[in-house]
Amino acid sequence: MNAVSSFFHGIGDRFRGLPRWARIVLMVAAVVFVYFLPILNPPLITTTDSDFGAVLFTCAMYALVAIGLNIVIGYAGLLDLGYIGFFAIGAYTVGVLGSQHAKLPLLLCIPAAMVVTLISGVILGAPTLRVRGDYLAIVTLGFGEIVRLILINAGGLTNGNRGISNIPTPPGVDLFEIPKIRWEGLTAFVDLDNTTTFLKFGVTDSVPYYWLALTLVGVVLFLDWRMQNSRVGRAWEATREDEDAAELMGVPTFRFKLLAFATGAAIGGLSGALFATKQQFINPDNFTILYSVLFVAMVVVGGQGNRWGVILAAALLTWAPEKFRFLSDARFLLFGLALMALAIFRPQGLLPPRRSVRASKADAETEVLEEGVARA
Amino acid sequence: MPDTTPDKTPEPAKGKVEDSTPTAGPRVDDEATERAEAVDTTPDTSVDISVPEVAALPKGKLLEVDDVTLRFGGVTALDGVSFHINTGEILGLIGPNGAGKTTCFNVMTGVYQPTSGGVKFMGEPLGKRKKFQITKLGIARTFQNIRLFHNMTALENVLVGADAHHSTGMGSALLRLPKHHAEESEGEDRAYELLKFMGLDKRANELARNLPYGDQRRLEIARALATNPKLLCLDEPAAGFNPAEKARLMELIQTIRDQGYTVLLIEHDMKLVMGVTDRIVVLEFGKKIAEGLPAEIQDNPAVIAAYLGVDEDAS
Repeated sequence: MNAVSSFFHGIGDRFRGLPRWARIVLMVAAVVFVYFLPILNPPLITTTDSDFGAVLFTCAMYALVAIGLNIVIGYAGLLDLGYIGFFAIGAYTVGVLGSQHAKLPLLLCIPAAMVVTLISGVILGAPTLRVRGDYLAIVTLGFGEIVRLILINAGGLTNGNRGISNIPTPPGVDLFEIPKIRWEGLTAFVDLDNTTTFLKFGVTDSVPYYWLALTLVGVVLFLDWRMQNSRVGRAWEATREDEDAAELMGVPTFRFKLLAFATGAAIGGLSGALFATKQQFINPDNFTILYSVLFVAMVVVGGQGNRWGVILAAALLTWAPEKFRFLSDARFLLFGLALMALAIFRPQGLLPPRRSVRASKADAETEVLEEGVARA
Repeated sequence: MPDTTPDKTPEPAKGKVEDSTPTAGPRVDDEATERAEAVDTTPDTSVDISVPEVAALPKGKLLEVDDVTLRFGGVTALDGVSFHINTGEILGLIGPNGAGKTTCFNVMTGVYQPTSGGVKFMGEPLGKRKKFQITKLGIARTFQNIRLFHNMTALENVLVGADAHHSTGMGSALLRLPKHHAEESEGEDRAYELLKFMGLDKRANELARNLPYGDQRRLEIARALATNPKLLCLDEPAAGFNPAEKARLMELIQTIRDQGYTVLLIEHDMKLVMGVTDRIVVLEFGKKIAEGLPAEIQDNPAVIAAYLGVDEDAS
């Protein structure tokens, strides 16, 4: 299993060793490749049993969730088991403002969803972030359920169990058709019958939604990187390492924990808004507690604290069940087994942050040295 | 899941693993694992680490502990303790185990609120200030059992300390405003200065947990100094050192004082404290039993009794 992270870190090292122009070319190529995935339909990766574009959209949407939750769990070390609550609030804000009670355009609904989830993050965080560890986990677990129950019971606002339909789609323009690629074995054909209209946010075609979500992932990643590489990121890390020592070194830990919580919530809300506009119909059943667990699994599987790791895990955990749809219910058994294997053999996740890889290597070396001394 | 620390990874160092990161370019961090290689970590006390704002403090009482009593349920940890610290001195706070030295520190740094009495810093009562506010006010401390941020590098540890007098928030970090850049480079300069002073500049990019014990102790002092403290509180900084190392550390502490800082030093070892401190306060069972110049303390019968026990025949 260690080969996984060595492989990726090896890639990272080679990449950093390249001249600047080569890095830019490679980066652009990678970005273009990811954008064109639903057009290229690469064999092995593409899903045959479900719409590949829709799967990719879900991957991108959950990647956003994972980035947000990674701020809360990975950077600040706060175990949040109710993240679906923020996702739901984001989705319902779009539903309520865009369809149920007003007809605001989506471009206004999305920022509104982020603001509302940010505020709800502060409202939940202000009293609960005073408790630590397991207690926080329990309180947030309750929060996720409370949100769902409110959605069911506050019928006047949310239309209860019937849900909200006709949620607005992003404004689009019909520019041109992009034919998709069809593969037969290893030969590629341009499939002129199966096309995607560039930036037409329709009901059947998920590809434009994927592009929208992917763009947002890029923007959020950039902001995430800026946050982490600053005083804010350091304060989070210090708080996670030793809260009391951090406080005594002048870090207002409560304020920074609240900031992490609210930022994470806002990103969850953004993702929820995307979900709402893609589905165009939401009801409380979309936001059960199972999703909270799945989100935490993404962060833990990916490696807490590494943004690329959690994105990889989010994509993997979304894509694999679709790819192996032909196994039907056996998938969930395999999924569970895979998680258990991971917990046993690789508790730090697929792609832990670089420095904890180094730290564990150093520890192992020390152990070997100490054993050597003891034997001598 | 607060931080699945990778300590438990049952992975022996395989040769293969190391081979997989070839020609990585100049990465200082990767040398962290090659700890066998000796790095010179002699403190360079010629580095100027003084801060004008600290050096310009008026002479006189910097901190006053005024009749502080602290009870935990039925246990009286501190009982009417009063003393003061003058600007620019090294005050030794000594006493046998369990005398309340660390508790006294905890009251001064806001970890505990005294049951009665209070602490005044620069003439102002600390009141109900929070821990981080007291640090920003100018009291920094180290810990008896080292509490570094173990998974952060030495440099980052010191940067966290330096951030105490920074105010970059989310906004300027996201937009990379000039303030962010100014404070980052100020912090880094200050951190390198302090690491150099402590002799740790060559280990700046190593994880704190991988540093040898003595270096960790000095790194803690560097981290506390980075907050630009008007009063530096050291809680048994020489614990676990051999006599030669202890003597060297005491010299270092004197240099810190000479650069304009005021130091409060908790130490167990009487002999050691005598040499470096300007004045000494002795605690026993939560009470102050003596205060004065080192020479006076040395001959004080109460102190001798506290440390050596009273000979029953003598009384």
